[in-house]
Amino acid sequence: MSKMHVKLNVNGREVEGLAEPRMLLIHFLRENLRITGPHIGCETSHCGACTVDIDGKSVKSCTVFVAQANGAEVTTVEGLVNDDGSLGVIQEMFREHHGLQCGFCTPGMITRAHRLLQENPTPTEEEVRFGMAGNLCRCTGYQNIVKAIMASADMLNAQKEAAE
Amino acid sequence: MNDQSMTPEERAANLKGMGCSRKRVEDVRFTQGKGNYVDDIKMDGMLFGDFVRSPYAHARVVSVNKEAALALPGVVAVLTAEDLAPLGLHWMPTLAGDKQMVLADGKVLFQGQEVAYVVAEDRYIAADAVDLVEVEYEELPVLTDPFEALKSDVVLREDLEGQTEGAHGPRKHHNHIFTWEVGDKDGTEAVLGGAEVVAEEMVYYHRTHPCPLETCGCVASMDKVTGKLTLYGTFQAPHAIRTVVSLISGLAEHNIRVISPDIGGGFGNKVGAYPGYVCSVVASIVTGKPVKWIEDRMENLMSTAFARDYWMHGKIAATKEGKITGLWCHTTADHGGFDACADPTKFPAGFMNICTGSYDIPTAYLAVDGVYTNKAPGGVAYRCSFRVTEAAYFIERMIEVLAIKLNMDAAELRRINFIRADQFPYQSALGWEYDSGDYHTAWDKALKAVGYEDLRKEQAQRVEDFKAGKTRKLLGIGLTHFTEIVGAGPVKNCDILGLGMFDSCEIRIHPTGSAIARLGTISQGQGHATTFAQIIASEIGLPADDITLEEGDTDTAPYGLGTYGSRSTPVAGAATAMAARKIRAKAQMIAAYLLEVHDDDVEWDVDRFAVKGAPERFKTMKEIAFAAYNQAIPGLEPGLEAVSYYDPPNMTYPFGAYICVMEIDVDTGEWEIRQFYALDDCGTRINPMIIEGQVHGGVTEALAIAMGQEIAYDEMGNVKTGTLMDFFIPTAWETPNYTTDHTVTPSPHHPIGAKGVGESPNVGGVPAFSNAVHDAFRPFGLVQSHMPHDHWRIWKIANGLGLHG
Amino acid sequence: MIPAGFEYHRPTDTASAISILQEHGDDARVIAGGHSLIPMMKLRMADLAHVIDLQDIQEMKGIEIGADSVTLGAMVTQHELITHDGLAAAVPIIREAALQIADPQVRYMGTVGGNVANGDPGNDMPGLMQCLDASFELVGPDGTRTVAARDFYEAAYFTAREDEEILTRIMIPVPAAETGQAYEKQKRKIGDYATAAAAVMVGGGSASVAMTNLADTPVWSEEASAALAGGDVEGCVAAMLDAIDPVADNRGPVEFKKHVAAVMLRRAIARAMSRAG
Repeated sequence: MSKMHVKLNVNGREVEGLAEPRMLLIHFLRENLRITGPHIGCETSHCGACTVDIDGKSVKSCTVFVAQANGAEVTTVEGLVNDDGSLGVIQEMFREHHGLQCGFCTPGMITRAHRLLQENPTPTEEEVRFGMAGNLCRCTGYQNIVKAIMASADMLNAQKEAAE
Repeated sequence: MNDQSMTPEERAANLKGMGCSRKRVEDVRFTQGKGNYVDDIKMDGMLFGDFVRSPYAHARVVSVNKEAALALPGVVAVLTAEDLAPLGLHWMPTLAGDKQMVLADGKVLFQGQEVAYVVAEDRYIAADAVDLVEVEYEELPVLTDPFEALKSDVVLREDLEGQTEGAHGPRKHHNHIFTWEVGDKDGTEAVLGGAEVVAEEMVYYHRTHPCPLETCGCVASMDKVTGKLTLYGTFQAPHAIRTVVSLISGLAEHNIRVISPDIGGGFGNKVGAYPGYVCSVVASIVTGKPVKWIEDRMENLMSTAFARDYWMHGKIAATKEGKITGLWCHTTADHGGFDACADPTKFPAGFMNICTGSYDIPTAYLAVDGVYTNKAPGGVAYRCSFRVTEAAYFIERMIEVLAIKLNMDAAELRRINFIRADQFPYQSALGWEYDSGDYHTAWDKALKAVGYEDLRKEQAQRVEDFKAGKTRKLLGIGLTHFTEIVGAGPVKNCDILGLGMFDSCEIRIHPTGSAIARLGTISQGQGHATTFAQIIASEIGLPADDITLEEGDTDTAPYGLGTYGSRSTPVAGAATAMAARKIRAKAQMIAAYLLEVHDDDVEWDVDRFAVKGAPERFKTMKEIAFAAYNQAIPGLEPGLEAVSYYDPPNMTYPFGAYICVMEIDVDTGEWEIRQFYALDDCGTRINPMIIEGQVHGGVTEALAIAMGQEIAYDEMGNVKTGTLMDFFIPTAWETPNYTTDHTVTPSPHHPIGAKGVGESPNVGGVPAFSNAVHDAFRPFGLVQSHMPHDHWRIWKIANGLGLHG
Repeated sequence: MIPAGFEYHRPTDTASAISILQEHGDDARVIAGGHSLIPMMKLRMADLAHVIDLQDIQEMKGIEIGADSVTLGAMVTQHELITHDGLAAAVPIIREAALQIADPQVRYMGTVGGNVANGDPGNDMPGLMQCLDASFELVGPDGTRTVAARDFYEAAYFTAREDEEILTRIMIPVPAAETGQAYEKQKRKIGDYATAAAAVMVGGGSASVAMTNLADTPVWSEEASAALAGGDVEGCVAAMLDAIDPVADNRGPVEFKKHVAAVMLRRAIARAMSRAG
C-alpha cells in the first residue's frame, strides 16, 4: 500500500513522516513518533485510553486515520507538562488525590479532563462525571478521578485569578 | 537527622512509614505518559505476531493453507501446530495439571482458539496476512451447558479419551475433569435430614472476565550470540513464567530473563501462560529477532482468562430461631475446553471451601465437579483469591434465602450466626483456621452508619406506596458480611506447578543511608513502590522517599510467586518486614560497636539505636549505614543487606461489612445506587489512601459484575459480548460515590499484622449489589434470580412477580 | 483490530467528492467523523479501496437558523449541535437527543450527516429527524434532490440514497412555538445504543412520534401521531407498539423491548406535554 506524506503539529512541535493512510493516529503517535502516553485499550472507541486533543477537540485516536489528522494540531498528555518539566495542574491533582492506580487510562483521562476544563472551568460533580463518561477506568472507581478534576478546576481558577 | 529537638513522633512522620497516606511515587511517571508498558517496548528489527483464530466453537481443522499469507510482502512466517509439534510445543501444560493446545492440533474447542500464528514486519502486515490464511473447518456439535456436557455423547477432549484418571482424581465422564470434596458428607446430610428448617437454592455466578484496560502481550527476544532469551510481558507472576518457559522450551532457566514492565491492570487476567507467549518465544528463536504479540480487546475477552461460571447448588439447615446447623454445596464448574484454572495445585476449586463465610456453621460439606465445554479456558481469580468471590456470593445468597424461609431480618440472622471474637483462631468445618476477626463490632458499626432501622422503615413505606400506585420504584437494601481468605500461601499446602507459594524481598542499604528493595511480586496498579517502601521505612528508620522499589525483573529480583489473590501484602509484605528486621538486627550490633556498649544495651527508637537510659547517646540508621561500609567491625561482615523468603504460617482472613441501597425502576429494570457503605478490616493499614482507592476500584468492578458484565455465549458457542459495547464496564456516570470505613483487627501471625485488601471489595461488593436487587423484590415474593442483574433481567423479575399489572 | 489498506481522498468541494465516488463505484465510501465506519473497517466488516474524507468541504458545514426552517450541514458534529444556543432555542429536542448519543469524544467527531445517512437502526438522529419531519438534501451526478426523512429508510443500512450521492444538508421545519418536545432513551450505559428511544412533539393540535432501535429502520407512525394529536395517549402507544418490530439482542428479549418502548414513549409524551404551550 502506498504511503502518504503526513505533517502534524504534536505538542507544539512540527512533525512529518510517511505513513499508509489507513494507519490509525494512535499507531502513528506511538510507533512513528514514539509518543507512548496515549494507550490502546478497547479499539472500538469505548474506553478513551487513546484520547488526544485534536484542534481543540477530545478525540479517540484509535478511531482516526492518520490521513484524517494530516495538518492538525495534536496535544497528548506529554504536552500537558509545564515548560520547566514539572507536572501540570491536572497531572499534579491526579497524583494528589490518588486519581490513578495502574496508570493505563491516566493519559487519556488527563487529556480529556484538560479539554473539559477548557470548555467548562467550573463544572459540578455531575458535569465532570458526564464529561468524563467517554473514558473507562478499571482501577479507581472514578471517585478520586472526579475529586482530582474538581480540585484541578479550583486550582486553575485560583491561578487565573492570581494572574489577573 | 541528629536534631534532638525533634520528637519521636516528628521523626516518625518524616519517615512516611506505615499508617500514613503517602502520595504514590509511581504517579510522577504515569501522569505524564511516561509509563513503560509492554506495547511501549520497541526493539531494532522487531517483528509482530498475530493469530488466526477459530470462528467456530467446536470444529475439526481439516486444513490450513498458508500460501497466500506467506506470499504477502513483509510476512516472515506462519506457524501452525505442525510446525510446533517437532519441538513438542504444540501443546503446553496448564496451571491446573491439564494441557492446552498452543495452536489447534486437529480441532478447536472454543471460538477464538488460536489456529495459526503469523509473524510479519509490522502489525498491519500481520493483520493482512491473518486474513489470507485459509483454514478449512468441519463443524462439530457444540456443548455450552455443563450439565448437558456431562450427559452428552459428544467427546470434547479426544486427546484424553480412555483416561479415567485426571490431575485431581477419577473422571466420571469423558467431559468430566475432576470431583473435589471437602467436609463431612454423611454428617451434613444427617443434619439436613433432621433440621427444623432447610433452605435450598441454585446460585449461579455467571461467567465474566477481568478485562484489565491493558490487554495481554509480550516481546520475546532471543539473542543468538549470548543464547539468552529475554521475555517482556504482562506477567503477574514473572518468576513462575520463567520457570514455565524453561520447563516447556528446554532452555536453561539461567538463560531466560523475564521482565514484567509496568502493567496496565491485571485482576487475574495476567497470571496464566498463554499461547501468544509460547508462539512469540518460538518465533523469536526461529527468526533470531524480537517478536511482539499484543492481544486486541476481542481476543482478550474471547480467549484469555474468563472468571467464575460456577453453578452452586446449596442447602442450608437451621433451627426455627435461625441458628445455622449445617451447610451443603454441590458446585458444577464450567471450565471450558481446557482446564487452565489458576489455583494452587491441591485446590482444583480454589478456596471455595471458605464458603461457610463469616458464620459459625458446625457441619458442612462441599463437592465441586469440573466440566469441559466449548468455551474459552481460564477460571482465574478475577480480583479475588482463588474462587473466594464465588464462595462469598454463595453463602451471602444462602443466608438471604434462609432469612426468607425463616421470615427473619437478614441482618439479625447474620448477627446470631457470626463467629464470635472470642472464637478466634477459629477452625471452620471445611478446614480453615481463621486467624482473627471481630465481626459483631464491624456489623453493628455498619448498620448504625447507614441507619439500618430507618432504611427498613423507608422500604416498608415504599412497598405500601408502590401497592397504592404512588411510585413505580422499589428500594433494595443489600447486606453482606464477607470473610476473605488471602495470602496464599503456606508452602506445606500451597504450590503452583510445584512451586511453593512463598514470597521474597531483598533489601540493600547504600552507604549514604538510602536503599533499594527488590521483591518477587509485581505491581499492576497497587502501588507497591509506595507501600513496601513504607513498611521498610517504619522497620528500619530510613525515609520511604530514600528507598527505591524494584519488581518484575527475574535477573535481579529474588524468586517469588507474584501478585494475585491479594497475596502481595500478606506474603511479600511479610518478607519485606522480615528482611528489614534482619537489617535492623545487624544495625543494632553496628550501633552498639559505635557506641561502645553491649548489643543488649541499645534500644530501637524510630530511626536510631540509642543507649538504654541515655537517649542522647545514639546512632541513626543513616550513620549506621555508613559505618557498615567504612568500619572494620570485629565479627561482622561489611555491608548492610538482607534477603527474606517468607513462607506464611497461615492465610490471612480480611473481612468486611458492605451495605448497598439501591433504587429500582420496576418498569424499565433501571437501577441507581443511592448509597454504598464499605467497612473493611484488613488488619494493620499501611497506606489508608491506597486502601481507600483499592476499595473504590474493587467495588466498582463488583458493580459491573453484578449489574451486567458477562461473557455470554449463544447456543452455537459464539461469544455475544466480545467488545466493550456489550461487555459492561460502567463509566463515571453509572458509578456512585462510596463511603469507606474500617475496623482494625491485626493478623496475629503476620509480622506487621496486615491482611491484604485489594480483593475484599470485589468479594464483598458482588453479593451486596445482588442482595440489594433481591431485597427490593423480597416483599413481593422473590427468592432467587441469577446475575447479572442487567435491565432486562430485573424487568423479568418484576414481570414474573406480576408487578407490571 | 487493523483496517485493510485503502487510498485516501480529501476533496474540498462536493462535486469533486461525487466524481471520485463515480470513478470508483462500490469500492469507495465517504467518511465524515468516521466513528461508525472506522470500527467496521477495523473489524474488517467493511472493505473499501477508496475513502473519501469530507472534512474540508466547507459547504457541508454550519448551522443556519431561519424563521421557519433550520438547516444543518451534514458535517455538523453532535458536539456542535449541543453547544449551539440558537439551535437549542429553535428546536430544543435536538440538543436533548444529541446529549444521549455516545460519549463526549465521539460527539466531537460524530456528525449529524453520518448519523442519519448510514442507516444504522441504532442511531438516534434518524428517528428524531422523522419526528421533526426533516428532509435530506442529496447531491449526485445528476444534481440535487430532497428526500423526506420519513421516506429515506428502507432497511438496516439501506436508504433512498444512491451509491453516487452524498447527503449534504438536513432541513428541519421549526416547530410551532407551542410545541412541547421530548427525547427519552433507555440504554445500558453511556455510549450504548438505545434499548428503546422515543422522540415526541406535541401541542397546538398536532403531534409527531418516532422511535429508535425497535425495528430495522426508525419508526415514525402516522397513526400514533394522529392519536396523540387527538389527545389519545393510549391510542398513540398502542399504534406505536403495532408499528415497531424489535429483535432480541444483548439488551433483552422482544417482550422486554416492547414493554420498555411503551414506557419510553409514555414518558416522552408526558414530558413533551408538560412543555407544550
